[in-house]
Amino acid sequence: MPYAQGRQHERRLPFRNILSFMSTITTDICIVGAGPVGLFAVFEAGLLKMKCHVIDALPQVGGQLSEIYPKKPIYDIPGFPMVLAGDLVQNLMEQIKPFHPTFTLGERVEELQKQEDGSFKVITSGQTEVNCKVVVIAGGLGSFEPRKPAIENLENFEGGKGVAYMILDPEHYRDKRVVLAGGGDSALDWAIFLADVAKELTLVHRGTTFRGAPESAAKVTSLSEEGHMKLLLKSNVTEVHGSEDGLESVTILSDGAEPYKLEVDAFIPLFGLVPKLGPLENWGLELEKSAIVVNTFDYSTNVPGVYAIGDINTYPGKLKLILCGFHEAALMAQSAYSFIYPDKKFVLKYTTVNGVPTI
Amino acid sequence: MQEDITVYVENEAGERIAVPVPTDMGLSLMEALKANEFDIMATCGGMALCATCHVELIEAPELPEASDDEMYMLENLPNLTDGSRLSCQIKVTPELDGTVLRLMANH
Ligand SMILES: Cc1cc2nc3c(=O)[nH]c(=O)nc-3n(C[C@H](O)[C@H](O)[C@H](O)COP(=O)(O)OP(=O)(O)OC[C@H]3O[C@@H](n4cnc5c(N)ncnc54)[C@H](O)[C@@H]3O)c2cc1C
Ligand code: FES
Repeated sequence: MPYAQGRQHERRLPFRNILSFMSTITTDICIVGAGPVGLFAVFEAGLLKMKCHVIDALPQVGGQLSEIYPKKPIYDIPGFPMVLAGDLVQNLMEQIKPFHPTFTLGERVEELQKQEDGSFKVITSGQTEVNCKVVVIAGGLGSFEPRKPAIENLENFEGGKGVAYMILDPEHYRDKRVVLAGGGDSALDWAIFLADVAKELTLVHRGTTFRGAPESAAKVTSLSEEGHMKLLLKSNVTEVHGSEDGLESVTILSDGAEPYKLEVDAFIPLFGLVPKLGPLENWGLELEKSAIVVNTFDYSTNVPGVYAIGDINTYPGKLKLILCGFHEAALMAQSAYSFIYPDKKFVLKYTTVNGVPTI
Repeated sequence: MQEDITVYVENEAGERIAVPVPTDMGLSLMEALKANEFDIMATCGGMALCATCHVELIEAPELPEASDDEMYMLENLPNLTDGSRLSCQIKVTPELDGTVLRLMANH
């Protein structure tokens, strides 16, 4: 293997303990995007005693760092000669803990509505509603969306009818017949996890071997040898079948064999995720080349009360770096404070003087 | 200075767009395509981690085989074809002259 640490074997189980199932939330600041910049914004807001709720389309926090390169070293975070992307995310979570942020993960923000009293309502794909005074968009390159295989009628079974591209709650698959497709580490990790949960589990992989984490690959092979799951290599799912009520079966084509139908309750293709700008295009914000135009005074957008920080924004001289996003978060927070409390005077306090306040 | 080579990008209508590419700048094919304003995200900057630079080679010379890392990404794409490669993993060399490819990441 050319460089062992280059493999992305991070277990991608959702942070279920912080998943919020509440449907209406009231907070000071709603942060769209739980990448490094969104997370650090919680800290900067917290220093000024503003409470935050963070939403991300992914089931885990960390944005690009968790999704694309959790095991890669980063060398340009001040004070860290080297830090693994995954560890930086863990550290940020630790750093913001005193401020008790709340999270909605695995839901995409669809709408941003301005209320008559000047506050905002943020609405997600899971019908979570967040009432807040300020909205901070830390959406990076956009919300991570699954790569979907080109299978006819696949979309008919999305939305709870059997086809899913992310596993938000593994319990959902208890005693079900599940087919996973893909050969990456997330497919392997989930196969290992679901082998105990599902009634019947089949992993369909196009390749002849797994090139991901060797320990996971070995585990999957032994699970299949012991009969806890079925492993189909050099195979593809080519068709899905069912009725209006949901998915009933899939057709599997294995190298050199006749296609055959397998009765299933769930089909989960895991072919990775790509960022797509998504719904924030329609929120009345000034855009330039898929990024939100901001004023570098405080990273405010053309809509008062809405800020954009991190990779999602653009201004003359913009660099898409974590470091720059952190700086933007600090300036945003002091401006957001003045926006929420126009009568209070903002006084900068060093954290060394008073420590980290609790809210 | 070495002469530029020409790479052709076939669009959905089947037209081939000629792209002049310098061979003496140590570019990857991904960088050459991006420099010519093709719609390639290359989110990971060429580390074989994002597959947003996925191309299908339609006509191409014999190339060095894909590395294990590249194969890992390719095998996990829903739209893999026999000619699939990550363009960030292909060095622009004079041998690439006349290569025809399709951009695959947005399909
Ligand atoms: C391979 C690689 C290596 C890198 N190396 C470095 C490095 O060494 N140093 C450095 O400084 N930077 C590096 N970067 C860049 C760095 O990762 C980004 O600058 C950083 O991730 C930006 O953070 P962010 O919080 O702005 O956005 P992101 O990390 O992109 O997070 C944004 C989050 O917002 C979510 N989101 C977007 N829209 C919505 C919506 N509508 N609803 C819900 N959620 C939404 C997305 O799902 C995503 O999780 C690297 C990037 C890559 C890919
Ligand atoms: S640019 Fe990311 S894989 Fe090629």
